[in-house]
Amino acid sequence: MNGVLVDTTALIGRHLLHLRRTPTRILGVTLTPLTMVLVLGYMLNKAISVRGGDYLGYMMAGVGAQVALACVGSIAIGTATSLRNGLVDRFRSLPTSRGAILVAHTVSDLGLAAIGICIASIVGALLGWRPDTGVLSIAAGFGLLLLFTYVMLWFGLLLGLSVRSPEALGALSGLVLVCGSFLSNAFVPLDGLPGWLRVVAEWNPISAVSSACRQLWGGPMSASTGSVVSEHPLPAALVMLAVIAAVTVPLSCRAYHAAEPR
Amino acid sequence: MNAAIEAEGLRKSYSDHHALNGVNLSVAAGTVLGVLGPNGAGKTTTVRILATLARPDSGRAVVAGHDVLREPREVRRRIGLAGQYAAVDEQLTGRENLVLLGTLLRLGKQGARDRAAELLARFELTDAADRLTRTYSGGMRRRLDLAACLVSSPPVVFLDEPTTGLDPSSRATLWRMIRDQVASGVTVLLTTQYLEEADVLADRIAVVDHGVVIAEGTPDELKRKVGAEWLEVTVAHGRDLSAAASALSCVAAMPPREAAGGKSFSVRLPDGMGAVATAATALETAGIEIAGFALRRPSLDDVFLHLTGQEHS
Ligand SMILES: Nc1ncnc2c1ncn2[C@@H]1O[C@H](COP(=O)(O)OP(=O)(O)O)[C@@H](O)[C@H]1O
Ligand SMILES: [Mg+2]
Repeated sequence: MNGVLVDTTALIGRHLLHLRRTPTRILGVTLTPLTMVLVLGYMLNKAISVRGGDYLGYMMAGVGAQVALACVGSIAIGTATSLRNGLVDRFRSLPTSRGAILVAHTVSDLGLAAIGICIASIVGALLGWRPDTGVLSIAAGFGLLLLFTYVMLWFGLLLGLSVRSPEALGALSGLVLVCGSFLSNAFVPLDGLPGWLRVVAEWNPISAVSSACRQLWGGPMSASTGSVVSEHPLPAALVMLAVIAAVTVPLSCRAYHAAEPR
Repeated sequence: MNAAIEAEGLRKSYSDHHALNGVNLSVAAGTVLGVLGPNGAGKTTTVRILATLARPDSGRAVVAGHDVLREPREVRRRIGLAGQYAAVDEQLTGRENLVLLGTLLRLGKQGARDRAAELLARFELTDAADRLTRTYSGGMRRRLDLAACLVSSPPVVFLDEPTTGLDPSSRATLWRMIRDQVASGVTVLLTTQYLEEADVLADRIAVVDHGVVIAEGTPDELKRKVGAEWLEVTVAHGRDLSAAASALSCVAAMPPREAAGGKSFSVRLPDGMGAVATAATALETAGIEIAGFALRRPSLDDVFLHLTGQEHS
């Protein structure tokens, strides 16, 4: 057990060195969400109205979720690249626990995401975002975002191990970011969506996570449709994340065990 | 004989393509086996199965006393692998690469650092140790890769095309370093497309093609299999070529083979020095001006041509 800890720590150290050498990766996962804060939260804040409060209070949850989505592409491309240049083979040929390799990768990228969420929140606060539900509740909101990010990182790992081509993943990660952000209530309440699309967007886990964060931070909510997800976003989000993790974690481990470089 | 690597009937298919069609190999402890074959012969697939990175569809393999399918962890404790692509982390320095591996191999913090310094010195990388490996040349990367697979001093080492893509001088350096390692009693399975490389480094050679071992033996045995010596004759004037060839047809064991360029050909001679003398006399009598007259032992290129019926490119 102790050995697994040593391995994980050493491998996290490796990822931190990477981050120190290419700090632009922080930009990669922060740029889009930050742009959203500035454009929607500052420039268009007054133009978009939501029931029961300020738009900035509505969108900050979506911004947090978007950092998580940006991490999907980042970890997927990283994995596909190391698969291609033989590094994955080297690590897999060691007596090291293979779990440690994947945990180290996802945990260090979680750290990266935390930095991104911090930056976006500070900018939001500078623009006047003031969650007012008490320290515990606010912390729980951030905790949920980090949990969501961690599950999305395993999804990204699986994506990278299955798609393999960094070029294709580059395009795919843009798609994940846009579809995730706009086929959900992250930035826009679902009221205006056509019927069937609304159902899809409502059951999108990103909607559940965003709604739950809004609830925890006391932001304005999307109008409830009476469905389970919109009535109880927090339990719904937790259940969805558990289901996604139960699928992606074992599948990623299996894909990693069987990975063939191509 | 104590075999450090033993493979029996390894088969592996990718969709409908048979990469391996029943590979049998045996490498005695402390010796070097060169697995020689053209691109796509199945060398990498074999190495990856033996290094526990891929599962064969059928067959059995024991490496360093442990079954690769039943006890992969035990095998991994005892092997070093330098894959076909130099697997170095480009965003780390050479030293950081080795220290990381040392830590993962449980040498402890100080142990990992000491081992890294030792290997960097041994592979002549001390000056570049603290530079990012992104800035390394191809030869330096390969050397670091070789150092990386020796961090835990494993008794069995796999080198998959260790010098492919290197210039001749880097290749010579790497050969020297591989030979130094071998001298310390490690069992090595190395794959190569270079006949010369197998000849220089290996105690025994297994020639693979289309996923099967088509010949196995010492370099000398393989050469003998292909036949005796060749006489290479180069005439001074192209017009004399056919006259020279017919003058030698009485001593040749097989019809002469013309080489590209139109001025030289080679004939297979029966064993013994007498044949060489007879050949020289025959050319002398015919009064042909000769520019070159050389006896050549068959090269591994000839081995390959002989075994597969294909030119090796
Ligand atoms: N992951 C893979 N998927 C599909 N085909 C593969 C894969 N790996 C190898 N092959 C095929 O198997 C054959 C043997 O490949 P390989 O072992 O890499 O040969 P070598 O290393 O001798 O060049 C080749 O025809 C190659 O195309
Ligand atoms: Mg190969």
